[in-house]
Amino acid sequence: MARKLRILMAKPGLDGHDRGVKVVARGLRDAGFEVIYTGLHQTPEMIAETAIQEDVDAVGMSILSGAHMVLIPETMRLLKEKGAGDILMFGGGIIPEEDKKELYKMGCGKLFGPGTEIREIVDFLKEKFPDRT
Amino acid sequence: MPEPEEIGRRRSEWEKKVAKGMGAETMSGVRLKLLYTPEEISGLDYLRDLGFPGGYPFTRGVHPNMYQGRLWTMRQFAGFGTAKDTNARYKFLLGHGETGLSVAFDFPTLYGRDSDDERAKGEVGKCGVAISSLADMETLFHGIPLDKVSTSMTINGPAAVVWAFYIAASEKQGVASEVLQGTIQNDILKEYIAQKSWLFPPEPSMRVITDIMAYAAEHVPKWNTISISGYHIREAGSTAAQELAFTLKDGLTYVEAGIKAGLDVDTFAPRLSYFFNSHLDFFEEVAKFRAARRIWAREMKETFKAKDTKSWLLRFHTQTAGCSLTAQQPENNIIRTAFQGLAAVMGGTQSLHTNSMDETWALPTEKAVLIALRTQQLIAEETGVTGVIDPLGGSYFVEALTSELEKQAYEYFEKIDALGGMVKAIEHGFPQREIADASYRFQKAIEQKRRTVVGVNKYTLEGEELEIPLLKIDPEVEREQCHRLADLRRTRDNPKVKTALEDLRQACQGKDNVMYPLMDAVRAYATLGEICQAMKDVFGEYAEPPMF
Repeated sequence: MARKLRILMAKPGLDGHDRGVKVVARGLRDAGFEVIYTGLHQTPEMIAETAIQEDVDAVGMSILSGAHMVLIPETMRLLKEKGAGDILMFGGGIIPEEDKKELYKMGCGKLFGPGTEIREIVDFLKEKFPDRT
Repeated sequence: MPEPEEIGRRRSEWEKKVAKGMGAETMSGVRLKLLYTPEEISGLDYLRDLGFPGGYPFTRGVHPNMYQGRLWTMRQFAGFGTAKDTNARYKFLLGHGETGLSVAFDFPTLYGRDSDDERAKGEVGKCGVAISSLADMETLFHGIPLDKVSTSMTINGPAAVVWAFYIAASEKQGVASEVLQGTIQNDILKEYIAQKSWLFPPEPSMRVITDIMAYAAEHVPKWNTISISGYHIREAGSTAAQELAFTLKDGLTYVEAGIKAGLDVDTFAPRLSYFFNSHLDFFEEVAKFRAARRIWAREMKETFKAKDTKSWLLRFHTQTAGCSLTAQQPENNIIRTAFQGLAAVMGGTQSLHTNSMDETWALPTEKAVLIALRTQQLIAEETGVTGVIDPLGGSYFVEALTSELEKQAYEYFEKIDALGGMVKAIEHGFPQREIADASYRFQKAIEQKRRTVVGVNKYTLEGEELEIPLLKIDPEVEREQCHRLADLRRTRDNPKVKTALEDLRQACQGKDNVMYPLMDAVRAYATLGEICQAMKDVFGEYAEPPMF
């Protein structure tokens, strides 16, 4: 039997805006995925550690503080360094288009903006992991 | 006029035979009738429940003349980059008719961390202005006379420290603390509930807050020591009734704490003010503001036996709902904001921030913030709505909705009391969960198209591209801030800083008011991070169990 898709929803940095991450975490759980939420105020180091310990398929970063150009690449670098570069990074929040382009170039998965419906995120993940339920 | 029962009977007939319509729901799920008549407000007693503006129970307004006496304060929340950048924005706003200042701090500052803290990386000056010491505060208000302008500061966990920076900066301008006017948000309960920028656990936080109230009563008597805030509760996804209930309950909890600390209620209650959200459901918002005034007046007079009429007044600031704005077709946000601003004025607000159209993308540009300010000026000076006090008062609908929201708030009060009060309820995660549930329901309603969001799930534009310019924060800001801090640490009297921090630790351990040693530490140019660390050494840090 195929393993369930396991997602870590993460809230990096000092940003306290957690409405979005909580709604998405619930939505992904309702879509049948296994969802782990880090809680607030995580460093890239803490997120990478949790992602590996929890053996997740993907990490969803929620950032509304403008610190995405530091926190997303740093978390990706740490995952790679710890031999977990295959974990898919994706995210959402207030991220301008030009920054998105740059992050995509670094290998980051899709970054969702305000107004996104949960099913768009579900569809994206299902497409990325066709062999998971 | 016929009896309400007769009107009710005729209304039912009309509903069945003529209208045949269904009532709608408010944004928060209050079931509405198709039409309101005297029947719905038959229990309302004019003198008991409404009264006159400036008189108990203040449902119709806190001032006798309201906007004919004085308009609301136009106060735009602003801050970005360095203190110097933000100082220029303040001068721009004041130059265009703004009448009060409101400081937005960056995340490191909100969490009591210096710009050169390891955890501040990438966040300096991004969501607000970086203020790490008295030196930054002096720059922030350079050339702005602090005896003339009133300043609101959105700061909570480290409110005592940032307030001390402000008082010390005014000393440098030669302004006595007795004349200072303004507000610190300093509402830690809603931080645990919604905004999440906390430092210490609830108990020591409440102690610092009562120290601030006592210090203000003696030295800064015109200062609003807590701005009890529903804004962030609503932004986190609550309903209007939850915003009303949790915010008022927070306020009543501070009053209890002040009394428990031995303060006479009338020495500090007049300096408590409120801060609400103004969302999209126009009448529900107006009703919420009116209900808030009535609940506060009754509780302060009846429950807490306050004697000073100023203790009964619920004065409030309003910000339009940031969470209602869309990234799609951002110009539409100007219109949303105008309706929300109008609701705040119809609800009798004392000051107002109108959001800028580009705020789902970034901090606002000068152009965007000017349109937002102009929106308020239009409401104030072109629409004519300031001519009559509480113009929606007496509307069958608005009065019924006001009473309904009041009733829902009291139902929440009972639930919270059953859990042992607000602090206990927060520890149980009760308000947090209620809000998370409401916010998920709201998202579902949008996705199932039961709720329309223009430009997002209806009337969308194919292949839309962003056409408005955005404000970018230069990464150079972070380096510049760190250099300034390094200079400060090198040139100040370091032994003096060390002693001051030790005195502060001592005060935290004992029962003495922490504001006095804190002021000394600030005057010696101890940094925000150093001071907060000294306090954390004694008080510990709060951590929230993750849940969704």
